[in-house]
Amino acid sequence: MATKTLAGVDVSVSDDGYMTDSSQWTKEIAGAIASEEGVELTDKHFEVLDFIRNKVADGALLTIRGINKSGVVDAKSFYQMFPGAPLKKSTKIAGVPKPESCI
Amino acid sequence: MEKDEKYKLKKVLLICSKGTIEDVYAALVMGNGAVMEGIECKLFFTFFGMDAIKKDTMNKLHTSTVGNPAMKMPGNLPFPTWLGGIPGIEAGVSAMMRKEMEKLDIPNVDEFLELIVAGGGEIYACKLAADMFGIKKEDLHDDVKAIITVGDLYEMCDGPGTQIIFT
Repeated sequence: MATKTLAGVDVSVSDDGYMTDSSQWTKEIAGAIASEEGVELTDKHFEVLDFIRNKVADGALLTIRGINKSGVVDAKSFYQMFPGAPLKKSTKIAGVPKPESCI
Repeated sequence: MEKDEKYKLKKVLLICSKGTIEDVYAALVMGNGAVMEGIECKLFFTFFGMDAIKKDTMNKLHTSTVGNPAMKMPGNLPFPTWLGGIPGIEAGVSAMMRKEMEKLDIPNVDEFLELIVAGGGEIYACKLAADMFGIKKEDLHDDVKAIITVGDLYEMCDGPGTQIIFT
């Protein structure tokens, strides 16, 4: 485990850069991680991040299918909003652990 | 001399030639996993794998209950081959398997194809198999991009960091 300064705050992160304490998360920190990942956050992004944070807080498994059925965003837009590896990127920006799902 | 360089996987071509639940889902899970990692992915269905992209069969796939030594009954008891041959057993076991998969949030075949295509993946059908089984483009799910030849398939496999996987 390591500490990283994001948006002027020291946050604890895992070796691959995921926040380990979700309660430290703020919108400013999200912005800082997003710019590292090459994503520019819009209001829509924050809606998706909120959905992800709520899901994880409920202890639910995150899957692309779940995102598609969330009513917040469909799979296609999700891929466009977080290009490359959408679930990995969005969870990183949402300050939750790396998803342990194969689907 | 030899250099120990690592090349990132950039493109996968998955070939599915069988139509059982486990063969088809192996290809689908790997295909979906690829697009989710930002890896370009093309799925090619041939022979009995065509069942996975045909509208009338795609969501009714079976697993084989005969000649499968790994098949178990509930309680991890062995599943004898003679039992698997009784009419209705295969359908029942397959339905049970699909139900268990649903519990794990594993999508149906058509939904899985849609998710893969949403992520930029492409689905193709084999021309030879289509001719052989008398299958037309309209018999196939809308997410199937085209019916192509093996030559077309290899043309898609250009570029460094490309892998072909046969399931």
